[in-house]
Parts: sequence; C-alpha cells; structure tokens
Amino acid sequence: MAEIRKSEGLIDWLDQRLAVKAFMRVMMTEYWIPKNINFLWAMGVVLVVLFGVLLVTGLLLLMYYKPDINLAFDSVNYTIMQEVEYGWLWRHMHGVAASATFLIIYIHLFTGIYYGSYKKGREMIWITGMVLFIAFSAEAFSGYMLPWGQMSYWAAQVITNLFSGIPVIGDDVVIWIRGDYVVADATLTRFFMLHVVLLPLVIIVVIAVHFYSLRFPHVNNQDSEELNFDVEAKKFLDGRKKESKVVPFWPVFLSKDFFVVGAFMTFFFLLCCYHFDFAMDPINFEPANSMKTPAHIYPEWYFLWNYEVLRGFFFDIAGIAAMDIGLIAFVIANIVFMVLPFLDRNPMNTAPAHKRPLFKYWFWILVVDMIVLTVYGKLPPTGVNAWVGFFAAIIFLGLFIALPFITKHEAKGDVQ
Amino acid sequence: MAQTRRDFIGMALGGITAVGGVCTLGAMKKSWDPLPSVQSAGFVTVDVSTIQEGEARSFQWRGKPIFVLRKSADTPKNAKRDVVIGEKVFTLVIGLCTHLGCIPSYDAKQKSFICACHGGVFDASGINTFGPPPRPLDIPPFKIAGESLVLGEEGEEYKKLTAKKA
Amino acid sequence: MRELKILAIVIFFTAVTYWGVEPYAHSQMHPHVAPADFNFKDIQPLALNGNNENGKTLVEANCIACHSIKSLGLEAPMSNDDAASAYGVVPPDLSHAGVIYDKNYLAGFLKDPVNATKLSHKFGDTKPYAMPSYSFLSDQEIADIVAYLKNVVATKPTDKMVFEEACGRCHSMKYDSFKAQTSSTFMKNYLGAEAPDLSMMIRSKKAEYLTPFINEPLKMVEGIAMPRVGLTAASQEQVIAYMENVGDRKKAEREDLGLKLIGFMAIFTLIAYAWKVRIWKEVA
Ligand code: HEM
Ligand code: FES
Repeated sequence: MAEIRKSEGLIDWLDQRLAVKAFMRVMMTEYWIPKNINFLWAMGVVLVVLFGVLLVTGLLLLMYYKPDINLAFDSVNYTIMQEVEYGWLWRHMHGVAASATFLIIYIHLFTGIYYGSYKKGREMIWITGMVLFIAFSAEAFSGYMLPWGQMSYWAAQVITNLFSGIPVIGDDVVIWIRGDYVVADATLTRFFMLHVVLLPLVIIVVIAVHFYSLRFPHVNNQDSEELNFDVEAKKFLDGRKKESKVVPFWPVFLSKDFFVVGAFMTFFFLLCCYHFDFAMDPINFEPANSMKTPAHIYPEWYFLWNYEVLRGFFFDIAGIAAMDIGLIAFVIANIVFMVLPFLDRNPMNTAPAHKRPLFKYWFWILVVDMIVLTVYGKLPPTGVNAWVGFFAAIIFLGLFIALPFITKHEAKGDVQ
Repeated sequence: MAQTRRDFIGMALGGITAVGGVCTLGAMKKSWDPLPSVQSAGFVTVDVSTIQEGEARSFQWRGKPIFVLRKSADTPKNAKRDVVIGEKVFTLVIGLCTHLGCIPSYDAKQKSFICACHGGVFDASGINTFGPPPRPLDIPPFKIAGESLVLGEEGEEYKKLTAKKA
Repeated sequence: MRELKILAIVIFFTAVTYWGVEPYAHSQMHPHVAPADFNFKDIQPLALNGNNENGKTLVEANCIACHSIKSLGLEAPMSNDDAASAYGVVPPDLSHAGVIYDKNYLAGFLKDPVNATKLSHKFGDTKPYAMPSYSFLSDQEIADIVAYLKNVVATKPTDKMVFEEACGRCHSMKYDSFKAQTSSTFMKNYLGAEAPDLSMMIRSKKAEYLTPFINEPLKMVEGIAMPRVGLTAASQEQVIAYMENVGDRKKAEREDLGLKLIGFMAIFTLIAYAWKVRIWKEVA
C-alpha cells in the first residue's frame, strides 16, 4: 500500500487515496486523439450530452408520472404539461432528445462506415455501438408507450405482435410479453420498469464498455492513417505540439467538441420549443383507445426504415407467406449492421469511402436507400408506395449480400 | 486425490448454483405471465337483433373488438364461416387483423374489411384476400341464445364451424 | 472548408429525410381540403330584416318550452339528465345563440335542422332529429326570431361561454373541469358514438385541422356523427382559442423561453468557439 503522508491539499488528499492524478492522465490529459479529424468525430460527445439530457429530464418526469392505464395519460398531459412548473419543458426536451439521439446515432454510424472505422481492430467498438443502438431502440420504444396515447398503444400492439412470427410458440410469447391478451395495464407497468430502470442501467454499462473498447485501437482519422501513438504522444509531451499528429482528449479535443455541442444544442432548443411535432406525434395526444386504430399508424421516424423492410414484402413469394418473408427480412435488417465487420472481406483496407472504387457507390446507395425506406415507411402502403417499399427493401438486403463480393473484388485490386 | 476431491466439490458448487439459477429464471418467467384474473376472462352477451342488413357493428370482448356483420342478400355466403340465426346470416369475427393486430374497418362499398396498417384486405366473410395477413380473421368462441350471441362460450354452432375448418 | 462541405452534406440528407417524413408524408396522408366556408353557401341566405318584438313573441311561444335563455333568467324547464332522456340530447342555452351562430345558418337550421347540421346519415323519418323543423313559419317569422336572438345578447360571450354553448352539450373539457351537459350514455344512444373529451384536441389535431373541421365535420371525416354547428368565423376562433388555453396553456411560456434558451446556447457556442481557437493555436 502506498505510504500516506500529510496531504498538501484536497487534490493531493484525494490522489493519495484514489490516484486521481493518474486517473485524469489516463482518461483525459494523456488520452490521445488524432489531429486529422473533423466534426463528425464530435458526435460521440454529442450523444453523451443527449443521454445526460434524457437522464435528467427523465428523472424530473418521474416525479409526477403515474404508470397506470387510467392515470398515465392525464399525469403526462395535464399534471406534467400544464401544472408542474417547467414540466412541459422537461417533456419536450425528453421527447426531442430521444429523437435527436437517433439522428446523431445515424450520423455516427454512417461516419463509421464511411471511414472504415468498424474494422482492423475496431470491431469491438463497432459491435458495442450496435448493441447501444439496439438498447436505445428498446428504450425509446418502451418510453413511447408511457404517455398511453393512441400511438403508444397501437405501436405497442403492432410491435409486440411481431413476436407471433416465431414458429410454434409465437402466440404464447406475445401474451407472455404483454402479460395479457392485448396490450393492457400489465404491459404498461412492465415496460415502465424496463424504461426507467433496467434499460438505462444496461445502456450505462454498454456505454462504459464502448468507451473502454476505444482505448486500445484509438479513434480513426480522416485518412485512416496508421499512427504510432507512443511516438506522437512523446512529441506532444516534449512540446513539439504542432508537429505531433495527436492531441490530448482534454482540453484540446474537448474544446472543439464543446463548440459542436453548443451549436447542436442551439438547434436542439429550436426544435424543443417550436418544431417538436416530428418527435412528439400529435396523434399521441389522443388517449389510447383499444377499440379504434388510428387511420394512419407508423412508428417514430427512426424506426421507419426498419418497419418498411418488414412491410415491403406484401405478397407471397414462392409459396412463402408474405408475413414470414417480411419478418425474416426485418430480423435480418436489425442485425445486419452488427456483422458488418465480418461481411467486409477487405479488412485491411480502411481508406475512407471516397478512396475506394466500389465501396464508395455501395455507401451512397445505402444512404439513399435507407432514406427512401424511411420516407415510404410513413406513407400509406397502397398502390405505387407498396412497390417502392418492396424494391427499396430488396435493394437494402441486396446491398448486404453484395458487400462481401464487392469488398473481395476491391481487395484483389489492392494487391496488384 | 485431494485434487479430484476439490474438483468434485467445485463442480458440485457450480452445479447447485446452476440449478438455483435456472429455478430463479423460471420463477421470473412466471412473474411475467398473465395473472389468473386476466386469464379467466368473462363472457359477454351481445344482442344482434337490431343490426341492419349490410351493417357491421363492433362489441368488446376480453379487451378485443368483435365485429358482427349482417350480410345483405347479395353478399356471397360461406357455409364454413357464417353464423346463421333464423333467416339472418352474420359474419362474426375478432376484429384484430391477423397480420399484426390493427383493427380493420368495414367498408360497406367494397364489402370488405380493410386494414390501414399494412394494407391487408378481408372479404365479407373475413377471409384474407390481399396483403400480408396470413389467415382469415379469427372467429371467437360463441353460443347462439335466441337473437343474441354469448361470446366466450363454445356452443354447438361454434363447434360445427371449427369442425368444418379442420 | 472541408468541414463545411461535410456539414452541407449532413444537413442536406437530414433535411431530405425530414421533408419526407413530415411535410411530404402529411400532405399524402391528409389530402388538402377546401378552406372553411363561413358563408354557408348551401343554405339560402336570409334576405329579410327581422322584427325584434315579433321575434320575442315567437321565441316565447315556440322555443323556451325546451331551451333556456339564462342571460334573461329563463331557466331550462328540465334538468340536463331529464332533458337528455326526453330528447336524446340536452337542448342548448340560447343566451348567445344570436352571435355565436351565423345568421343565415340559424335561419336555415330553423327551417330544416337535419339539412343544416348535415346529419341526414343519422336522422330521418325513422329516427327524427331532436329539434323539430319550423318550416311552417314564414321567412319573415324566421327572420324575426333570428333578429330577436341577436338582440338578446347584451355582452360579448367569453371564449369559454362560446365553447360551453356551442360544443359543451356533447363534449367535455376535463382539463378545465367541464363536463358535457349530455352524459356519455345518452350520447351513445343519440348519435351512435361518444363525443370525445376535447382537452388535448388542440395538440392532437392542431388549429390547422380544427378550422375546416369544426366548420363542417362531414367534409373531413366520412360518416362522422358530429353535426355542423354553424359557428361564425369569429366564434370559431374563440372556441379554438379556448381549446388552446386549456390544452396548450404553456404555449406563450414555451415560445418566450425558446428564444432565451436559443440565445443562451448561441452565446455559449460563441465563447466555446473562441476558446477552441485559442487552444488550437498552440497545436495546429
Ligand atoms: C436512452 C435514453 C432514453 C430514451 C431514448 C428515452 C425515450 C423516451 C420516449 C420516446 C418517451 C416518450 C416521450 C413522449 O412522447 O412524451 C419517453 C418517456 C419517458 N421517459 Fe424516457 N428515454 C430515455 C431515458 C429515460 C430515463 C433514463 C428515464 C428515467 C430515469 C426516463 C423516464 C421517462 C418517463 C418517466 C417518461 C414518460 C413521460 C412522458 O411520456 O413524457 N427516460 N422516453
Ligand atoms: S396489421 Fe393489418 S395488415 Fe398489418
């Protein structure tokens, strides 16, 4: 055990007991980040801030929210929105931050794909990131149920019903998840438990693992240049700061992130106070009614691409029921990003997409296709819309089938 | 000797822990099951005598919507599914789309149940004719009592219909 | 420079997605409808000038058997529940009817209520409408009644009064502790549907939808049981203002605080930028 001396001050006192100085060095002042990056690398910190916003506003909402199908709607829409001082603000911030989180996650994800940051030692970062995406999806879905509006109810009804596609035990699983034959009080209270305790805990743990998995391979940079971090760090510590290719996380990297966070939060409050409909669907201000499905039902925008893959298959193909094809495609869409590092058969080439002859097209087709899926996922599934959805879903699946071949082909080109 | 003995005790400890873990998971799974009060769902009697020809009316049973459509003379009959009370022919179905559970609405002009969620269509007998729904609308257990239907009870006619299906 | 280019790309794709899921999707799901018609073109306009005195006699002879005129101290002859079970629905109080409802509509309503309310899909010979038709009165007599009802109104009704008289017979406003005069069991028998509570309607339907809807529900929702109530443009605005006051009462605070929050973050961002520039001077 270290020798305990009379301390020279608070920091020293803490340092003797908790090694705070070493801790700060490892986590902050000697955690090295490449210089050659752009603002897209700030999305991680933006996400941390948004999660903080969700946590704090969520706690404030919890003080008046009542998880009971007879009370939930009024506790949110009357007590919180109209009576509690600034209750409306917490609710709008919570709802908008949930949506904004997904916007940033998608930007973060496409950045990772574009710069090849999912391979060559960074697989675990990628996989924990995708686990976070799924955990956030579950968190958002369970939270959306809590206000017990029409969309809360019907989204829950439709999404829990997806599990009926599981062979043999499907119908029982659905009832088991709901705790009732239909979405009911038992469903609300268990999703409440998931939303405010279990899933936030899981998310916090996975965030920690995500950061941890970053420490060894370090973050990537704009040109996927291999850096020798020890050498570059030494240059920096020796005072050759301009020459060094790295900067410390604190204060240099974060100083830029604060600026990005500031700019983003300016936009965030604009959305919170003036343009919140995209995140808080008006239909959800109607109380849940188990006897009436709203004329148009659709999930929140961030689930639409996924939903459209499910919905795209609206006719039987080769004797397989439309519903089964849709479900299989939906399951694939949910996990395919997770295995991206293993579908890419050119693992050593981490050049950004614009320097890769075929991958570049693959990337932009993927972006456009997912936007098409998102938009058509909201439109009524009739006439031409159904066909656009069908082809977009086929293209989506096709892209991931093509990826191994494309990257393999590229790899051959690299060798020559 | 000491080595194997320790192995055995170690394995026994691991084993009993595993048994306890599995039992605990089983208990947790059961906590998620529907409560007995939910399972013993009630019976509902609905009066169908006032339904007009071509009119579809909805009722509630076990939290689910039930549609009763009185077929008009020109609507095709379906011996496998129709509920006949005297002269009147009814379609009796659970009003939850067999795809993902939205409530379809009856369109009297097209004589079909149309599900807005993913475009599923069912004809006036409740048979799926278009879109992702994999099977016809379900028929709830019922018993005919005069001009009323008792939902939840398996009467003669219900058994006949299910027998025909099989 | 490169960062600006990247930013432009990110903004472009975000904007396209937003456009697709919000304005575009809504334009597809909710096809454009004709704006509200406050001239009630389908009803023959009232051409004659009414005589107040004559109107008074007619109203006293014909209307107050069922309707109250509370501003004149004329109470309803029956309690709400009795009236609802006798007529199906509680007859409205007429204290402000003369200004709440359009005068041509009122005239058309007296002559043919089912046609004016556009409820022919709910009422007819087999199920007569609660309000009898006064088609046997002459045009002059109708004009007299309309003139009298307008004359009775001494002070402009508040937003809440307009709501209570025009909508409150069927709809509740729970978040303002207001219960519909006709209780929901009667409503179900009367129109075949319960009238929803309107507390949060301003957030779920929005003023843009409510404006054409209240003016003519049947135009917006096929087969709907809600009658056209014949509000003037001004009284409809009062109703919507009241709904906003109840369902979105923090709107003013929200729009005011929004500016402050945005301003605060903008200042934060500027200072953060200055700090970043200072720190990066050393390293780049
Ligand atoms: C991963 C982060 C989270 C996401 C994505 C998320 C998402 C959501 C969403 C979409 C809603 C519905 C919003 C609405 O329509 O009003 C909601 C509601 C709610 N959330 Fe969260 N949430 C998160 C974290 C939390 C946490 C950590 C707590 C509490 C500790 C919390 C407590 C609540 C409560 C009480 C409600 C119901 C009140 C309401 O509907 O406004 N949330 N959440
Ligand atoms: S739920 Fe009816 S078509 Fe999907």
